[in-house]
Amino acid sequence: MASIALGPAAESRETPAHLNEPAWVRVLLIGLAVLFLTLILLVPLAAVFAEAFKKGAAVYLQSLTSKDALAAIRLTLAVAAIAVPLNVLFGVSAAWAVTKFRFRGKQLFLTLTDLPFAVSPVIAGLVFILLFGSRGWLGPFLAEHDLKIVFALPGIVLSTLFVTFPFVARELIPLMEAQGKDEEEAAVSLGAGGWRVFFRVTLPGIKWGLLYGIILCNARAMGEFGAVSVVSGHIRGRTNTLPLHVEILYNEYQFAAAFAAASLLVLLALVTLAVKSFVEWRHRRHADALAARERQGALREEAAWR
Amino acid sequence: MEVRVDQLSKAYGGFHAVEDVSFRIGSGKLAGLLGPSGSGKTTILRMLAGLEQPSSGDVYFDGRRMNDVRPQQRGIGFVFQNYALFRHMTVADNIAFGLAVQRKSRTDIRRKVEELLELTGLAGLGSRLPHQLSGGQRQRVAFARALAPEPGLLLLDEPFAAIDAKIRKELRAWLKETIGRLGITSLFVTHDQEEAVEVADEIVILHRGRLEQHGTPEAIYREPQSPFVAGFIGESTIVPDASSLRGFEEEAEHHQGLIRPEYVELFKTNRPPAVRSAAEEGVVRRQFFRGSFWEVEVEAAGAQLTVHRPLEQEPLEPGEPVHVLIHRVYLFRGGTGRMAENRRKTDPMPVYL
Amino acid sequence: MRNTSKRLLPGFGLTMGFSLLYLSLLVLIPLSAVFLKAATLSWDQFWQTVLNPRVLASFRLTFLTSLGAAAVNAVFGLLVAWVLVRYRFPGRRFLDGLIDIPFALPTAVAGIALTTLYADSGWIGALFAPLGIKLAYTPIGITIALVFIGLPFVVRTVQPVLQELDHSFEEASACLGASRTRTLWKVVLPELLPALLTGFALAFARGLGEYGSVVFISGNMPMKTEIAPLLIMTKLEQFDYAGATAIAAVLLVLSFLLLFVINGLQRRANRVQRQA
Ligand SMILES: Nc1ncnc2c1ncn2[C@@H]1O[C@H](COP(=O)(O)OP(=O)(O)OP(=O)(O)O)[C@@H](O)[C@H]1O
Ligand SMILES: [Mg+2]
Repeated sequence: MASIALGPAAESRETPAHLNEPAWVRVLLIGLAVLFLTLILLVPLAAVFAEAFKKGAAVYLQSLTSKDALAAIRLTLAVAAIAVPLNVLFGVSAAWAVTKFRFRGKQLFLTLTDLPFAVSPVIAGLVFILLFGSRGWLGPFLAEHDLKIVFALPGIVLSTLFVTFPFVARELIPLMEAQGKDEEEAAVSLGAGGWRVFFRVTLPGIKWGLLYGIILCNARAMGEFGAVSVVSGHIRGRTNTLPLHVEILYNEYQFAAAFAAASLLVLLALVTLAVKSFVEWRHRRHADALAARERQGALREEAAWR
Repeated sequence: MEVRVDQLSKAYGGFHAVEDVSFRIGSGKLAGLLGPSGSGKTTILRMLAGLEQPSSGDVYFDGRRMNDVRPQQRGIGFVFQNYALFRHMTVADNIAFGLAVQRKSRTDIRRKVEELLELTGLAGLGSRLPHQLSGGQRQRVAFARALAPEPGLLLLDEPFAAIDAKIRKELRAWLKETIGRLGITSLFVTHDQEEAVEVADEIVILHRGRLEQHGTPEAIYREPQSPFVAGFIGESTIVPDASSLRGFEEEAEHHQGLIRPEYVELFKTNRPPAVRSAAEEGVVRRQFFRGSFWEVEVEAAGAQLTVHRPLEQEPLEPGEPVHVLIHRVYLFRGGTGRMAENRRKTDPMPVYL
Repeated sequence: MRNTSKRLLPGFGLTMGFSLLYLSLLVLIPLSAVFLKAATLSWDQFWQTVLNPRVLASFRLTFLTSLGAAAVNAVFGLLVAWVLVRYRFPGRRFLDGLIDIPFALPTAVAGIALTTLYADSGWIGALFAPLGIKLAYTPIGITIALVFIGLPFVVRTVQPVLQELDHSFEEASACLGASRTRTLWKVVLPELLPALLTGFALAFARGLGEYGSVVFISGNMPMKTEIAPLLIMTKLEQFDYAGATAIAAVLLVLSFLLLFVINGLQRRANRVQRQA
């Protein structure tokens, strides 16, 4: 019996021989794919670090600790610290509404949520210029009251919010859809209140997916370039985020410094992907455990049948 | 095409899905591969098709060893359990797929497709897509598609499993008749003994990857070679020690006994059997009306026996004591079985007290 | 059904209300500003902006490079998805994880890294320069940047479909006598086609609006290598809100059309593939 449980299905199955291409075709295809991915993805990453350290570690450190660099890092962190929690709030509440209830127009709501994916980041910046710019609709009003949105922190936050807005919701909706609502309904029928149900029943099941949603949203918030570029005004030390700082240095031919700042963002991206891999690994392990339990059940059934 | 399988085994890691199975199916026969879930039926079918390589043993078609022949060249038709119809192709294109592979001319293909649509009762549905068909219709398309290239052997994996009970009966009869008419050697997988008995000319029974018995449905019913087969085919009760039964004391020592309903006769206490000492004393437990007979459960000789009682005989009551005459018992010991008759029935000098 | 679940779990009003408010304030109202602004232009003004040769050239460039990059991604994305799902080789998991780099990496970083690599003096550009082929600061360079940006869209839409694709389709095809090539071409590819088209459309849509990774490598020569989003930027810097809005409106309409097509593709695929 034990051999049945452990023997098959331990590793994901390889393609059986009769469905496989000849070895030389396989090698050729793998080679092509690896070459392509290397040229398009790997080499650029390597280039960032190579360029960043071209003039030595001292220059690298120096460029990261310059006054403007530190200001850019601070601003980037501040923007993310405002934008990410707001989008998490939206993501969780949209996912709750969409997956726990049926209502008319759900498809439309989902499409609208995805809208920022389809909009050019430049347009995401443009819309806020049209609204709040000096010649925008609310421009005169804002000038009168001495409020600054565009070319200041609020504008940067708004455009960042716009661009990163779907990420948490997109990550949570499929997850919560798959989990159904039986457990929540059971908890409610036992008298638990809404918040309690969410924190005790729903959250434990989605925490890893939520974590990845947050990390991805954060990476995009810190790395957004196009939209922020439109509304920031590029005021050095005041409205330059890290990506804008990279751009300015690059355009001033300070390549080592530009790539040094860029390397921070690459690290951020790599951490994001590592978290993603970890979350996926957890999910896979969870699914495998479930499948194994099911197999055990089937075996018991067969044993009982005999 | 004649199919022969010789000491076929398949191991996945250390687990033997199929172990040392040998059988032969004559040309034009319709055979059923029967066994409980996980007994290796699908694995054998896939090895015949070349979709799986045996760990050891050989497969012969018409005496030719097929182990190293690719599925494409084996000349088989395979009907998958989920049908595996090509979802983006119309019914007609699905059926034509194997013909197009053979580079048949357009007119030949069209004629053959029409013919098969007609044969499978799908005339007029040729331009539909698979998702526009009912389950039964999809099954027929899968069947027609497998038949189109005129294979020498047709393999069907649980062809009726996904179809609801009512249509299943019709489809079974239709399949048996159609295959009979075409005269194509066929092997189908099922875990439903009723289906196997009804459809197949011969049955191969598998249990935990091993072949338990191979024969015609009647032979298997009448002479099961293991308690497993006996339990799997038809209704029966197994008694662990048959020598405890009256009339079988000497003959049945160290044998298990299999008792089928038709081996047993019940007598009311006021009308005992001719040789009273040949019968057990029993009590009626339950009684069910089965349309043309009573099905009676009696407790006798420490076992629960099922008996069929003709309607014209006097009805019984639950709790009523009865004489239970066991005419025959099928005895097992090791891998062999034989039928034994009740000795006391014919004892020349019955002892009366 | 609908009412029981509505009543059973709490929070529909709160979450739906908040979500809708947030969505409207942040996305719907600002986006409609573009169309309202565009509506204040007269026809003449609108067409004059949009049909201006420099604007037209930028549209053509944006459209063609996005299309080219999406096509390259359709081919190589399919190849990558196939290799990752069907073959086992050392480093597979690692490569699989890398696919998402373009999602996670800030576009500006991608832009300067690609430019440095594909410029005449860069590691890769230097290989082509002797042949007289310039990569950076040409439409080829723009296409390379868009390939980078669009790759995960194709891979990540095709991959799960391929993963779920039952082997029995290929086995049925083999049993009917079809060669492996024929099976791949006639059975597997059509099964993947809806996902592939979706991925293609997503990569294309993304390419139309892409800015950060492209501005560095494009060189931004008016009429030659100036993309439409950059032109919006330029107009804004000149305080030509009307001009910027007109170009943006055209891009938005194009993106929404694509979104619509993508939705349709997905729905169709779902319908055909739902059958067992
Ligand atoms: N590719 C595989 N890898 C590992 N084990 C396998 C594989 N295919 C089948 N098995 C195992 O081999 C045994 C026989 O499987 P098979 O599919 O032949 O059973 P079956 O008789 O067709 O059952 P069912 O009636 O449920 O279809 C099972 O225990 C199954 O778990
Ligand atoms: Mg099976």
